[in-house]
Amino acid sequence: MKPVLPLIFEKSVAGRIGYSLPAAELPLEGIEQLLPQDQVRQKLPLLPEVSEGDVIRHYINLSLLNHNIDRGFYPLGSCTMKYNPKVNEDVSRLPGFARLHPLVPEENAQGALELIYQLEQYLAEISGMDAVSLQPVAGAHGELTGLKIILAYHKARGDSRRQTILVPDSAHGTNPASAAMVGMKVVQVASDANGCVSLEDLRAKTDDTVAALMLTNPNTLGLFDVNIGAIADIVHGAGGLLYYDGANANAILGKVRPGDTGFDVVHLNLHKTFSTPHGGGGPGSGPVGVKSQLIPFLPVPRVVQGGEGYSLDYNYPQSIGKIHSFYGNFAVNIRAYAYIRMLGAEGLKAVSEDAVLNANYIQARLKDAYHLEYDRLCMHEFVLSAKRQLAKGVKTLDIAKRLLDFGLHPPTVYFPLIIEEAMMIEPTETEGKETLDYFIEAMLQIAREAEENPEIVLGAPHTTPISRLDEVGAARNPVLKWQP
Amino acid sequence: MSKHYLPNTGPQRRQILQAIGVGAVEDLFSYIPEKLRFSGLLNLPDPIAEPQLVDHMEELAGKNNVEAVNFLGGGIYDHYVPAAIDHVLSRSEFYTAYTPYQPEVSQGTLQAIFEYQSMLCQLTGAAAANASLYDGATTVAEAALLALNATKGRRLLVAGSMHPSYRQVLATYLEDFGAEIEELPLEGGKLKAEAIAPRLGNDVAALIVQSPNFFGIIEDLPALGKLMAAEKGLFVVATDPIALGILEAPGALGADVITGEGQSLGINQSFGGPLLGFMGVADKLVRKMPGRVVGQTADAKGRRGFVLTLQTREQHIRREKATSNICSNQALCALAASVYMSLMGPQGLREVAAQSLAKAAFAREQMTAVPGVELPFAGPFFKEFVLKLPQPAAKVIAAMADKGYYVGIDLGRFFPDMNNCLLMAVTEKRSKSEILGCAAALREVLA
Amino acid sequence: MTGEKGLKFTKEHEWLRIEGNRVTVGITDFAQKKLGDIVYVELPELDEEFVEGDAFAVLESVKTAADVYAPVDGIVVEVNDLLEEEPALINTDPFGEGWIAVFEAEGDIDTSGLMDTAAYRQYAEEEE
Repeated sequence: MKPVLPLIFEKSVAGRIGYSLPAAELPLEGIEQLLPQDQVRQKLPLLPEVSEGDVIRHYINLSLLNHNIDRGFYPLGSCTMKYNPKVNEDVSRLPGFARLHPLVPEENAQGALELIYQLEQYLAEISGMDAVSLQPVAGAHGELTGLKIILAYHKARGDSRRQTILVPDSAHGTNPASAAMVGMKVVQVASDANGCVSLEDLRAKTDDTVAALMLTNPNTLGLFDVNIGAIADIVHGAGGLLYYDGANANAILGKVRPGDTGFDVVHLNLHKTFSTPHGGGGPGSGPVGVKSQLIPFLPVPRVVQGGEGYSLDYNYPQSIGKIHSFYGNFAVNIRAYAYIRMLGAEGLKAVSEDAVLNANYIQARLKDAYHLEYDRLCMHEFVLSAKRQLAKGVKTLDIAKRLLDFGLHPPTVYFPLIIEEAMMIEPTETEGKETLDYFIEAMLQIAREAEENPEIVLGAPHTTPISRLDEVGAARNPVLKWQP
Repeated sequence: MSKHYLPNTGPQRRQILQAIGVGAVEDLFSYIPEKLRFSGLLNLPDPIAEPQLVDHMEELAGKNNVEAVNFLGGGIYDHYVPAAIDHVLSRSEFYTAYTPYQPEVSQGTLQAIFEYQSMLCQLTGAAAANASLYDGATTVAEAALLALNATKGRRLLVAGSMHPSYRQVLATYLEDFGAEIEELPLEGGKLKAEAIAPRLGNDVAALIVQSPNFFGIIEDLPALGKLMAAEKGLFVVATDPIALGILEAPGALGADVITGEGQSLGINQSFGGPLLGFMGVADKLVRKMPGRVVGQTADAKGRRGFVLTLQTREQHIRREKATSNICSNQALCALAASVYMSLMGPQGLREVAAQSLAKAAFAREQMTAVPGVELPFAGPFFKEFVLKLPQPAAKVIAAMADKGYYVGIDLGRFFPDMNNCLLMAVTEKRSKSEILGCAAALREVLA
Repeated sequence: MTGEKGLKFTKEHEWLRIEGNRVTVGITDFAQKKLGDIVYVELPELDEEFVEGDAFAVLESVKTAADVYAPVDGIVVEVNDLLEEEPALINTDPFGEGWIAVFEAEGDIDTSGLMDTAAYRQYAEEEE
């Protein structure tokens, strides 16, 4: 196989080093004598032997193979790929934050504790909840935490009948997976003709064995479910709780607060709505917010404010316990804090307004060329179907690959599962009209190509460093590491 | 006028509204019933401009004391973070990239993860490693879930010498799972293989140990490995990646699952997050391993490329039957670790380990030479050790902080019978004079 | 379509060859087309016991994973180990070399809920 770039192992030259360590000052010869003799490492690991220059060149060359927001558009539905402000990168690297060990005596970490405390307050205000914990380090982690809180709440009420979590058929895959991780059965609730939760199906499936209904609003179709009040009544009426998946919060900042519409638990994704970088797949941050009756169950420790300043409080006997070794992804949370401080209430409202504006613009201009199942105003994202193009043999997968030739990242594909050949498009508010127009023109061109010249779509991508990869082979015979 | 980070101008918004066919932005929200809408403005501090933000953040950072000499451990260590690492992490192409679901435009991230997986396998002796999990603690929980799933066992034997926070997170994760956690007793701060043998059985899903353990003591992994070799249950070892520069790989000692906290591999302490949970497994467990995994493959033109693979284990496909609910990994942290391991290479890693050990041994000598200070646990250790003091550790720690030293972690906060004990960690960054200075300060405080 | 004679079919697109109290199970051509290239098969253990309707095997393709359901209450007496190395047999020869496992039923086999070849063909067409 021809490599696009060599592996760093393939650049090793025996004896080359890339480090500069402090003077030992003590003899290191024979230091192994201090170790149990049957556990002394016999063979050093085969790590690369390269210079610092080799390392830098290698990773810079690798980086050039990546699409990224700073280079181009990502209309990825449900991901909120907005611009990552640079000042946030700078401030998160301040030595006073970066070099702080989590177990210093608390008087020496007042700045960090204050930031956590304040950010939790802001997020509670934004989501309409009574308290927030910044401990969960990802959306899925926040879901797990939220569900555990719900279960602890039911247990504390002496109710051991709750065994089911209700999830809409349009839900994100983490929802049922999280439910299974807390030992709950998952029952799907159907969508109605409008793409929203079917109240009839919900009524049929809600009884006193339901621990909670997990929802996102707007839903994964980008549609705001106006029946949320009735939904809340049905679930609460049976003694269940309402869980909000905050993946789509970018649509409603300052416009709707989940806590005001009946949700008891929410999680937010700071790496989506609050501009912290995706990092190629993490680190993120998935804080959890709760209504007051659930506060006792929040994970520990909580940051509290007292006469002497801020401190960490572990004294919550009903807490679900610890979910992270320390206090969450602090450096990620710094960025969200800075973002909220710069935007303020007006800025956040403007974020949602422009996010919804931009999505509706693209929807309006593409709905003739592609099938739009729910032809009405969307929120920050919407879902097209490539089923018309499928009639010519062109699938969503092919359209996605063809977009790469335009320097555009494809939208989210094949999700939600309830739409055939789905493409979920979310532009976010940080894109200017000319970028939206460029994307629209590309999509329109591809629609024309699907009609007149489908081979060019089917054979895409043509201009990327690598073409379509054999994913079947990769899964059948997994090669997951370099071998010498 | 445009707002910061909101590029569309008034005229552009008007064009957009026209294309949509509505008169004003409010028309895009007006179908939402009034009673569901939030009116007015959120109660948040007034927005501040970028220069003021920088001032404010510097002020906040200034309220944290990072000048004191750092002898703190407990999973997070003050190892040297080479300058080159941040330059790689600051590349837009890495940190503003999305998860590599479209491999044709994500080969940078994918190849970097593949290299990371490879390096981890070399370090730990695992047959395969994933693209990372949240942190050392959740990694132990995920390993336990893997074991319960793979063996259908119901009991987990967990070392009492494992980091208390890891054990707490494990307990939280397993709370709703219906498995039994049995804490293994210690002798002299570590496990005894003979004491574990009678507890084994077909219903044991895993033996979970940490080595070097929370007290810095090296457990008898070869004996434990032998014990578990014939068992159905898995041998899970949580470890320190720097230690593996000089200690044998757990994979070579019979470990089926190797996990740990990777912060020591070039990641800043950052008040405890983000961190890097690493996991490697034996060959038979590859398809049960949680988290993302990158595999090598080829494109139609025979070029080598990399893709996310074995995705059917993951949440977005298996949904409620997934191996875990985990969605993201800590990609940028894994990248930092790869850059670190590349810069260090085998020699560098060994030197970091050797220096940490040598300096820790020296520090241990110096501290125990201070009148009143005892060493409750003797025997082989790595980079951390416990000191017993004649006074409550919390008091000593506070006094030492005033003198400019973070001398250690108060073990009384984790173990009620260890109120007078502290845990001290020494890395290659500590100099002889810092260590001597600390000992002198301790002498004064205890006088 | 050869190999289909005398087979019975389930609503989950499994085919069953019933010989006395032994039942061989596989998936149909329709099902393998829907799944796409099979990359891995999670097989049951020999002598493992299942209740009718339990998932006893999992077929993984790149984009999806599908359960295969036990046709009867019974014990697995044979497993097609070839599928470990060559999961693609299910795609290329679903009714022959792509068989998955053989069950020995505990008690009588109730065929009332099963379809014959003609009925299944119609059922599959309707599903399209």
